[in-house]
Amino acid sequence: MVTRTGVLGVVARTFVASFLLALAVVVIYPLLWMVLNGFKTNTELFGNPFALPLQLTWENYAKAWNRGVSSYLMTSILVTVTATIATVFISAWAAYGLTRMQIPFSRTVLALILGGLMLAPAVALIPLVRMFQALGLYNTFWALLILYVAFRIPFTTFLIRAYMVDLPVEIEEAAAVDGAGKARAFWSIVLPMCKPILVSSVILNILFTWNEYLFAMVFTSGGDLQTLPIGLTNLMSKHGTEYPVVFAGMTIAAIPVILLFFLTQKYFVRGLADGVGK
Amino acid sequence: MSAPLQTAPSSTAAAASLLSPTGAAGVRRQRRPRGWVWVVPALLVLGVFVYLPLLQNLQYSVMKWDIYGGGSSFIGLANYEKLAGDPVFWRALANNVAYAAVSLLCQVFGALLLAALVESMRSERWRRALRAIYFVPSAISLTVAGLLFYFVYEPELGILNAFLRGVGLESLTQAWLGQEGTAIWAVIAMSQWQGFGYSTLLFAIAIQRIPQDLYDAASLDGIGPVRRFLQVTVPLTREMTGLMIIVTLSGAFQVFNEVMVMTSGGPNNSSQVLVSWLYRMGFGRNDFGYAAAIATVIFVLTLGVALVQLAITRKRRVEW
Repeated sequence: MVTRTGVLGVVARTFVASFLLALAVVVIYPLLWMVLNGFKTNTELFGNPFALPLQLTWENYAKAWNRGVSSYLMTSILVTVTATIATVFISAWAAYGLTRMQIPFSRTVLALILGGLMLAPAVALIPLVRMFQALGLYNTFWALLILYVAFRIPFTTFLIRAYMVDLPVEIEEAAAVDGAGKARAFWSIVLPMCKPILVSSVILNILFTWNEYLFAMVFTSGGDLQTLPIGLTNLMSKHGTEYPVVFAGMTIAAIPVILLFFLTQKYFVRGLADGVGK
Repeated sequence: MSAPLQTAPSSTAAAASLLSPTGAAGVRRQRRPRGWVWVVPALLVLGVFVYLPLLQNLQYSVMKWDIYGGGSSFIGLANYEKLAGDPVFWRALANNVAYAAVSLLCQVFGALLLAALVESMRSERWRRALRAIYFVPSAISLTVAGLLFYFVYEPELGILNAFLRGVGLESLTQAWLGQEGTAIWAVIAMSQWQGFGYSTLLFAIAIQRIPQDLYDAASLDGIGPVRRFLQVTVPLTREMTGLMIIVTLSGAFQVFNEVMVMTSGGPNNSSQVLVSWLYRMGFGRNDFGYAAAIATVIFVLTLGVALVQLAITRKRRVEW
């Protein structure tokens, strides 16, 4: 009896392990294929798809870089950095007010800010385009910055507020006795204490902004303004016959976030766990 | 003199947070009108760029816009009537529903089972490696994943058909994205590949939070792994499951990126979804009124999902 369950257990474990491993291959192989295709020539690409590249030249990567990917990358970095800083700052500022200040109609204010979580960006798309055209902001860097900040404030405020609510207020009160103002308390006491949730918020916002597609596609049409997701589809339509260059461009776009994930895995995972309310 | 320190309910659900009274925390507040300084930036940005366009969308949806930019006139519910008679709209809605159903199956229930399998492995190193590997597609953008699978499905150079030929399933090879019958399913399949690792990682975190004693007690009682999963894991990850259902459903009605990258809604509109159809009507045909009507449907669907979440959270709060 004991042996039978023992044998069954071993069989089951082997089966489960093989299944999990097979799934890992299904996940990894297409990504590997993408990276390797960036090294192939067009002729090789249309040959045996499982073959390895004959030589490791960086030619396609250089071509992709020179055909716009460098510019898309810079735009993506610029938009991601500015939008993330602005979003996290405005949200932390609001969260402080919501948790530490007596504000008239505070429940309405809270509902208005967090209620934004329930709204799909696509619903506001058409009026936003007309609004940005009227403001002269259509097809500018500001359009993306403003939209990314506006649509990420609810979620980010929600995260930071939930954390601030649980922080003890004694330290702030002690500081208040010493004569420190509210803004000072926010900068030098509350923000440092919120560091874990701020790191999570930053990571989640980077992930969102780096990969965002809908707004980036609708609100930018000029080459210098386009972020990587849009730039890649351009690369595809402009140089559609040179597939290896497209694969190289895709690899360049994927690497920064994958690196971010593996280098900051501990924070990254905690950030995701914090962010389930997405 | 210190204020009594109370812990306000902290929750992972946004909806729950809406319900928790702001004043409940034992934080002492100062009655000063200057408090507004803190929330005005957020309110202003949200008011102008989120709420105002949302209301304008409702207004747009009852208007007819002159395609040449001449102006607009009120036409009542005509756009919605047009919607009801538009076969592509219904096709798009059906595709969104298919998206939701498959994603629920794979990214909620499948991911929960998968996370339990991963966490059942004895080696912590393997568990960590598998969670990380499964997550990688979620870190790369849907655009990269979509483009990649455009090539994976490509009949000539793609690895899917090559794989099928290699294992003797030649008869199954086809132009996955080029046929009306398979296009949307190929897109949905890519989306599962891209997204399952994200929910698996979150379920793994939820499972790690279950006290090990419960599993030990169940094992001592001679309860096998299948029943342990059903009687311990499933009930104790219920909260995460609920959240994932909401996130998945809400996301399924906002699908856009992968459809645009892989098929643009084709062939013959067979893989349109609500947002891609909205995009085509709004920016392809400049029919802003009609596009706004589609947007209103998306608004109702996603808000509906969010309100169900709110209701469930409220009920749970009463129960517990």
